[in-house]
Amino acid sequence: MNVRRFDALIVGGGGAGLRAALELARSDYTVAVVSKVFPTRSHTVSAQGGITAALANVDEDRWEWHFYDTVKGGDWLGDQDAIEFMCREAASAVYELEHMGLPFSRLDDGRIYQRPFGGQSKHFGGEQATRTCAAADRTGHALLHTLYQQNIRHRTQFFDEYFALDLIRDAQGDVLGITALGIETGEPVLIEARATLLATGGAGRIYWNTSNAMINTGDGLGMVLRAGLPLQDMEFWQFHPTGIAGVGTLITEGARGEGGYLLNRHGERFMARYAPHALDLAGRDVVARAIAIEIAEGRGCGPHGDHVDLKIDHLGEAAIAEKLPGIRELAIRFAGVDPAHAPIPVAPTAHYMMGGIPTNLHGQVVAPVHTGPEEPVRGLYAVGECACVSVHGANRLGGNSLLDLIVFGRAAGRHMLEFLRDNPYPRALPPDAADATRARLARWDARGSEPVAAITEDLRRTMQKHCGVFRTASSLAEGLAALDTLAARLARAGLADSSRVFNTARIEALELENLLAVARATLVSALFRTESRGAHTREDFPQRDDAHWLRHTLYLAEGDSVDGKPVRLKPLTLESVRPKARAY
Amino acid sequence: MKFSIYRYRPETGEKPYMQAFDVDIEPAGRMLLDALLAIKAQDESLSLRRSCREGVCGSDAVNVNGKNRLACITPLSELDQPVEVRPLPGLPVIRDLVVDMAPFYRQYRAIKPWLVNDTPEPEAERLQAPAERAALDGAWECILCACCTTACPSYWWNPERFVGPAGLLAAYRFIADSRDEALNARLDDLEDPYRLYRCRSIMNCVDACPKGLNPTEAIGRIRSLLVRRRV
Repeated sequence: MNVRRFDALIVGGGGAGLRAALELARSDYTVAVVSKVFPTRSHTVSAQGGITAALANVDEDRWEWHFYDTVKGGDWLGDQDAIEFMCREAASAVYELEHMGLPFSRLDDGRIYQRPFGGQSKHFGGEQATRTCAAADRTGHALLHTLYQQNIRHRTQFFDEYFALDLIRDAQGDVLGITALGIETGEPVLIEARATLLATGGAGRIYWNTSNAMINTGDGLGMVLRAGLPLQDMEFWQFHPTGIAGVGTLITEGARGEGGYLLNRHGERFMARYAPHALDLAGRDVVARAIAIEIAEGRGCGPHGDHVDLKIDHLGEAAIAEKLPGIRELAIRFAGVDPAHAPIPVAPTAHYMMGGIPTNLHGQVVAPVHTGPEEPVRGLYAVGECACVSVHGANRLGGNSLLDLIVFGRAAGRHMLEFLRDNPYPRALPPDAADATRARLARWDARGSEPVAAITEDLRRTMQKHCGVFRTASSLAEGLAALDTLAARLARAGLADSSRVFNTARIEALELENLLAVARATLVSALFRTESRGAHTREDFPQRDDAHWLRHTLYLAEGDSVDGKPVRLKPLTLESVRPKARAY
Repeated sequence: MKFSIYRYRPETGEKPYMQAFDVDIEPAGRMLLDALLAIKAQDESLSLRRSCREGVCGSDAVNVNGKNRLACITPLSELDQPVEVRPLPGLPVIRDLVVDMAPFYRQYRAIKPWLVNDTPEPEAERLQAPAERAALDGAWECILCACCTTACPSYWWNPERFVGPAGLLAAYRFIADSRDEALNARLDDLEDPYRLYRCRSIMNCVDACPKGLNPTEAIGRIRSLLVRRRV
């Protein structure tokens, strides 16, 4: 196998990976980014509404209020030290993006434009805050392109269209790099690095109805599970309230932030019954549940009563053209309605994975390696949606994911520099470093009796049916049984196409292995947590149960074992926000 | 619906050919990408790039009935049958609908697509009036799908020397940015019979852009800045 060697390796070319790569590219160390798509095609590009930071450009604001909102938004499952770190660093991280050239929309005084977003308040739970910085409704596009541009300026090495396969660990458990597959050539390559960062994004493609791009198959999560490391809080999946009905494509929360609101079939602003204070700008889990209930109880709109209406036409054509041009395009294209004249049909869509690879606030992956439950895995970092640091807890607030990418991307990049300085010599590659990868690839050279695409489709339907907005022990157990059947089918599956050059069928097969691993982690963790918290709603356990469940879930693939670890309730410098009832 | 799809697999030694497919798909509300994925479910050897399936990542640009478009936002109901789908013209084909984008990316990198500002950074943001920011609209939204550049006859003739509409639009995005300090260097770099002036205002780029952007207009603005600088 061909071997390449760098000081640092970034797996994933989205916002988190590129922000970390930039930190390293500006140093004297060599850094490579491996991405299965050309970097600007990463899913960060789809982020619409904005990036939250208490700049106070529109209205009075303080990062401490943002901290409080994030703790509450996450239903107290977020680690308060990490949340303080993120909210404290937010303004500088956003200013830095502006200095890099990000084309933020502007206020009349020339400062960065900010809009109201869900779950954001002033004075620790008071009036609505205006905190989310935006580049029209294409903030992710602006952010991703800006970071890519800065990386080419600083001559980052890119392995475009390389699919990451497996982590390489030595006998001590240190991570020494990865194996990857060149999609164009079909040839595997071993990339050695003293420090490896996973920034592989989410895995929303485990669901049938999702806002996620087709590349979001949890590849980094599969790598971590195969390496014998845990995943944290995998039961927590955010269903975004406003996906275009029947399609899943996202309509930003910014549409409600700019003054849009939801209506049921009777033309009622039903959010008043669920969140009398924050209305349509309550936490996403709250709004998604409300919509699901409206639909289930027969108050949905349309001939099938399967969606609700999002009304923004009262904002006027000019405001929509300036602030929400992208969602207007999407609504016309995918829902056949022009939102300047008619409401958009919307329903909840699987959107964001709050769980992921456990890390500390330097982005170091932590696991029960030798002694404690949170010992860093040497040489391995994770950032962004694939990671669980955990700032989003049981429910992420809108505008906090782009922030997570750049704050922790920067922090991880900085820590990797220190790690490289302190560990100047690469460890020896074990002789069997690539054996598992070779076996995995060889397995797909064998003939099989079942096509991959059919299994992927059934997996997504299974997760949609058994692990959606509402869950019960019996539905989750049925889902697990269905997964066993799918795993057996996967063992029999094979490719009809054995070619090497740009064989996307082979990539999809490798992706399915990752999707199945993520789905399993999700179902097992969801069955384990017998309470309702944030986005995890157990109909058989409808209450939050702090006495037993104010802790993180840790899932290991071996034996489907589940364990817990405490939530860090102590911030870095602030007073802890003690758990209380969560009302909007 | 009937489709005719360009096939090329370098490992087989066969010449490229058009393959007919009949797909049982209801066109109403569906996009070309849905049909291509349905075809791939029948015949997994068909290779194409795709990701966001909402027209923002720029992966799935293909030539459809003679026009460059993004498959994911091209409604099936708009297309005459048999729908002829080919790889983007003007770039080497790797396989089926997948082209080698490297020459396109090289031209993007060549215009130094990053903000240059060597003034010490303020503690907060650099200010930019809404009117100054508005100058970027229509230039920053490019998704690098290559629909425009690969529709441009001038680019077909001089792919190594003419920057092409996408690269020039990106150049204009920085030229127009009130925060950028490299205006003269950027104009010097483009003042060249090939890099800029191979544009003959054919406007295929405008016709092809799936985001409704206007590279020809941006190129015209660069030209008039060059003229103004000279007088």
